[in-house]
Formats: sequence, C-alpha cells, structure tokens
Amino acid sequence: MTQYYYTKTHECFSVEGDIATLSITPHAVDQLGEITYVELPKVGTELTAKASFGEIESVKTVSELYAPLSGTVTEINTALDSEPERVNEDPLTQGWMIKLKMSQPEELESCLSEADYQAYLDASA
Amino acid sequence: MSLRRTPLFESHQSLGARLVDFGGWEMPVQYTSILKEHAAVRTAAGLFDVSHMGVFEVTGSDAEAALQALVPNNIARLKDHGGLYTQLCQADGGVIDDLLIFRWSAERYWLIVNAGNREVDFAWVEQHLSSYQSSLQSLADHTGILALQGPRAESLLQRLLDQHKLRSTSPLDTLRPFHLTAIEGAIDFVVSRSGYTGEDGFELYVPYAHLVGLWTDLLSLGEAEGLVPVGLGARDTLRLEAAMPLYGHELNRHITPLEAGLGWSVKLGTDTLPQPDFVGKAALLAQKQAPLPQQRIGFVMPDSRRAPREGYPLFMEDTEVGVVTSGSLSPTLGYPIGMGYLKAPYYDQETPITLEIRGQRYPVERITLPFYRRKS
Repeated sequence: MTQYYYTKTHECFSVEGDIATLSITPHAVDQLGEITYVELPKVGTELTAKASFGEIESVKTVSELYAPLSGTVTEINTALDSEPERVNEDPLTQGWMIKLKMSQPEELESCLSEADYQAYLDASA
Repeated sequence: MSLRRTPLFESHQSLGARLVDFGGWEMPVQYTSILKEHAAVRTAAGLFDVSHMGVFEVTGSDAEAALQALVPNNIARLKDHGGLYTQLCQADGGVIDDLLIFRWSAERYWLIVNAGNREVDFAWVEQHLSSYQSSLQSLADHTGILALQGPRAESLLQRLLDQHKLRSTSPLDTLRPFHLTAIEGAIDFVVSRSGYTGEDGFELYVPYAHLVGLWTDLLSLGEAEGLVPVGLGARDTLRLEAAMPLYGHELNRHITPLEAGLGWSVKLGTDTLPQPDFVGKAALLAQKQAPLPQQRIGFVMPDSRRAPREGYPLFMEDTEVGVVTSGSLSPTLGYPIGMGYLKAPYYDQETPITLEIRGQRYPVERITLPFYRRKS
C-alpha cells in the first residue's frame, strides 16, 4: 500500500525516489464539494515549502494550494484542466495535481503521517 | 460559543448533510451535491430547513402605522393575508436587514427576518414600536420554517395536505405570490407563497412540535417526483441566479436600497400619493435627487473557468471601479456569474470591465439582472 504524507493545510503526497506526487486529501475534497477548476503551476516552476502554488475552485469557494515541500515541478496533471471532477472522484490517484522533484528531502520529517493527520482532524472537529 | 441548532438538526445528520456554521447556526450546506440540489429545485422540487430565520409578530391597534413609520415600502396598501418585501433602514438609509412583512389584519402582522440579524432586528423594531399602541413578540423560538421550492412545489404541498386531511383557508392553486394562508386540521401551520430561489414555491411556518414530522412526510411523499433536501450551498447559487440580494453581501449598513437596485420596493411618495415618514426617508429622498454613490451590477464570464468571489476588485482599464459581493459558477448557465458594486460615475460608463483574480485580469460582461428568470 502506498504511504502518504500529509499537511495541516490538507495536501498529501506519496514519494518515489526524489519525486513527490501531490494531491489534496479526501477530507479536503469532502469539505470543498464539487471541484470546478484547478489552477496549477507550469512545469519547471520552483516551489518553496508552505508557499501557495495554485488554487482550487469549487462551486462554493476557492482555496489556495500550498506546497508541502520545496522543489521543482516536473509534471502536472493536465487531465484536470478538462476534467476537474477527477479530484472529487479519486483525489489520490486520478486526481493528483503535480509531481515535484524534492530539493530538500529533509522537509519530509516535518510532514504528518496518516495517523497524525487523522488525529489533527479529530482534534479540530 | 456553541452553535445553535434547529429541531431538524438530527434529520440533517441522518441524511448525511455536511454541516457548517452559518451566522451562529449549525446548518446543512449540502446533502449530496450543490449542483444536484440546485438542479432539483429548477426542474422538480427542493426542501430547505430555514428555521434559523426569525418570525416576529406585531400586534395592536397602531400596528399598521407603526410599521409604516419603520420601513420604506407601503404597508398601507397591504390587504389581509398579503405581504411585501422591504428593508429596515437606518436614518442614513443604510440597510439593517431585508425582510418580508405579511398582514394578517390591520392589527396583526408577521415579519420574516434573516437569521444573522434576529436579535439586532428585534431590538430595532422594539425600540421603534415603543411610541405606538403595539407590541412585538418573537415566534422564532417555537416556529420553524421549511421552504418548499420548485415547479412541483404546489402539487407536493397539496398532497401533504391531502395526506393529513388538512384544509387551507385559501386554496393553494389560487394563492398568489407573497400571500399567506392558514392550514387547519390535525396540524395547524401557516403557508406563504414565497421563497429565495427564483422558482415558484412556498414557505411553511410550522410549530416546532410538527417540524420533523412534516419534513419527513414531505421528503417521503415527494421522493418519487424528484424532491430532495437542499442545503444552504444551493440556496446561495439559486438566489444568486435570481439576483436576489443576500444580507452581508449585496446589503449592509453602508448600502442603501436605492444603491442595491431595490428602488421598486422604496416608496418615497408622489404629489398625489404621499408616503408617510419612515426611518431613512429623508436620506433616501436626498439620494434620489443626486447621482447614486454606487450601484449594484451583474456580470457574466462566459469564457472563464474562474469564478468571481466576494471582495475581488473590478477595474476599468487601470482604475479600480468597484468590488464583487457574490459570485459563483452558475449551475443553470454553466459559466461564472457575479454581482457587485460599481462606484459613481463608472456605473454609467461603457468602458469594458475586468475582474482581478490573483493579480490577473479577466474580462467580464455586464448584464441586466437577473441571470435567470423562470418560464411561467
């Protein structure tokens, strides 16, 4: 089973080698409702951990996307441009957003485990 | 402070609603999906719990005069069981709340006010009634409100009455918009033909003891005809398409009803038909003699994927000329729509308008409100 890392801003990602694949969490999807548009950075953009890198629009609201890690965008999920509903249907696989080549892998240590994230949600419920 | 709940809270939970804080109330924002709930109201019917709204009763021999002196619309023209849309204004014309007023008789009226303003409104009305032979009572702590909206609302409500062998003082099929009728029988409640969706529909003012029962009965008898529970998310997109103002967005204490494009509900009087004084009249009269400082507008973005949102600035070339107060993807039209205010003198100009989202400008196309009008 794929291991995911989480943030308190409701992003999550899996890691393969030095590449992180980013999504938003199923909890975030549930809160946003129907996704209508995802604005993603261009391939090659340098991201800084905790800085905003895009936006996600639902019928109800618009939210910022925050980078959990620093690095370079190597790929974006272009399918979301015409089918943003993939984020609703399957946020972790079909609905992934960007792939990031990590520049500071030690930042992984400050990310939450699934259990930590769940505990964080329970505490803020 | 803990959130207030309506008697339907547990019903919402068991329907799987996502609940949010709405003006201090824990209310359903959606049950399944905003888009599906929105479509149900436009094509079949939807049922809303709006029990967080306030119902006040004004009684007494001076009730008519007292209300006439309080609001800009013409209370004196109401007949028994008729109602109107109006506002509570400050002396400077700024809006404290918008509301419906229904007349039971010249000595008994109902005021239907917004949830977030219940306490403020009560205090405001009470203070203004003090010099009249009238008294004010809130029915809100024991009266819930259901809104049944959509093209099938009338037939569904009729079936509910038939099922319980209830009688409506005025038959539903001839009940006119903004009119009340009393429902009598084993369950007594009140129905008005009104709503906040741009569709035909009714609002049911139900004693708390019967609220869960009527909600459940309506949903089960209407299920086969497409009736679904609808949350505040779709309520907002529905009213936005119908260009109905939402307090706190298109209306607040710094906006007058004239600026909001609600002049049709403001009666300043003519030589032959004078309007008695009301709170804010002098300010509104003065405002009518001069160009308005700002005006509510509507716009669409047919080619945009991004929706306008409250607070986004509006530009003409490089001049900031206004601000968005509400915006969303329009589920009916399939593209983003928005309402906002343009400052003087820009609202009279035809220079193209752009909207700024995250530092980028997007063209918007100004239109005459509303965005959606039902075919009747």
